[in-house]
Amino acid sequence: MPNEISVTVNGTRHTSSVEPRTLLVHYLRDELGLTGTHVGCDTSQCGACTVVVDGSAVKSCTVLAVQADGSEVTTIEGLAQDGELHPVQEGFWEEHGLQCGFCTPGIIMTLHQVLDEQPDPSEEEIRHSLAGNICRCTGYQNIVKAAQFAAQRMQE
Amino acid sequence: MIPQAFDYYAPTSVTDALRLLRQHGDDAKLLAGGHSLLPIMKLRLSTPQCLIDLGRISDLRFISESDDGSLAIGAMSTYHDIKNSALVQARVPALAEAAGEVGDVQVQNKGTIGGSLAHADPAGDFPALALALNFELVTATTRSGRTIAIDRFFRDLLTTALRPNEILTEVHIPALPAGTGVSYQKLPNKASHYAVVGVAAAITVGDDGVCTEARIGVTGAGPTAVRARNTERILKGKHVDAAVIRRAAKRAGANVEDLNDDLHASAEYREHLTTVFAARAIEEALSRAG
Repeated sequence: MPNEISVTVNGTRHTSSVEPRTLLVHYLRDELGLTGTHVGCDTSQCGACTVVVDGSAVKSCTVLAVQADGSEVTTIEGLAQDGELHPVQEGFWEEHGLQCGFCTPGIIMTLHQVLDEQPDPSEEEIRHSLAGNICRCTGYQNIVKAAQFAAQRMQE
Repeated sequence: MIPQAFDYYAPTSVTDALRLLRQHGDDAKLLAGGHSLLPIMKLRLSTPQCLIDLGRISDLRFISESDDGSLAIGAMSTYHDIKNSALVQARVPALAEAAGEVGDVQVQNKGTIGGSLAHADPAGDFPALALALNFELVTATTRSGRTIAIDRFFRDLLTTALRPNEILTEVHIPALPAGTGVSYQKLPNKASHYAVVGVAAAITVGDDGVCTEARIGVTGAGPTAVRARNTERILKGKHVDAAVIRRAAKRAGANVEDLNDDLHASAEYREHLTTVFAARAIEEALSRAG
């Protein structure tokens, strides 16, 4: 039995009829065409599917679309404003925080919440906060630098 | 991976949730944070006909303190709520710390204290803390409710004392006696951060330096979290020094029945880990006591 849901994604309200078993990540990618959110492990470990729901970073492969009914969702596509990169995106650009880029949207969305709650994190706090995001290019060093760049830029 | 089709209900009160639970009986599963249930549904290890989502019942999400110093935590409070609660940080700092070590940031945003206890994953972190901190679990049914002592709650693998028509609504944490230190130490699985083995210790020390009370909860080692009662017995009534800790911790490892034996760790290694992490938890709890 399909359920009617209304979700605001990157500031645009969408009303859709979805099967309850539809995962949020599939709703975003297949229904709304927002393919910046990636499906990696599909077992809530790798973090590639991370999006922000009502201010909280969540793994959208382990959230049902119906659970997001009435929520505000931000995906990687919603960060840049008027062609200006979000400071976290800028950090990844400036510090070469990505190689293949598959994990990048998820990491950026996690950092979005982390820097929101802790604007001046230590290196250790940054590393600990990214425990749920796996990068297989082994690029963590520059990811941490990207986060530090973003933290500094956001305080300016 | 997509779960098998099911109907979805999102009640906004416990009364409505209980009514739905009675109506759907064994076909229904309660959905809390979903980070245990949805993964097993995606693997089709669980195929409920209907999900009753407790996520919209705001009455189940709170943290408060009673006059006697005990804490009450609503079952749908997330690890993130607990980690950041000034009350929990002040009264039971080890619990706030432990909440920050569950899974990762994203899991902490969704996972709930009630979901963790009701699911009773053998590798869950909070079951060990619940045993050490002597949680009391408050439940509701359409008729009435009851309070379940944590020592009677975990029955077997993924099995608790909760009845099919019952909803866990809140957790009571008794005030810690003066001179009590608490610590939770675990070896996290590298990918999931579940506890390969985790040990929680709550130790009370009197003015004379003698241990008057000790509760040790062990998770990850066996089919369900258990108290290491032999370890507790060795600690109680003694001036706990390095030699006593060593002897007590050794019993924690030797005392778990049906040790888990899987690709993450052999039974023998888990027994060893239990001893190692019991010693670390006892040491830190002692350093925080008094």
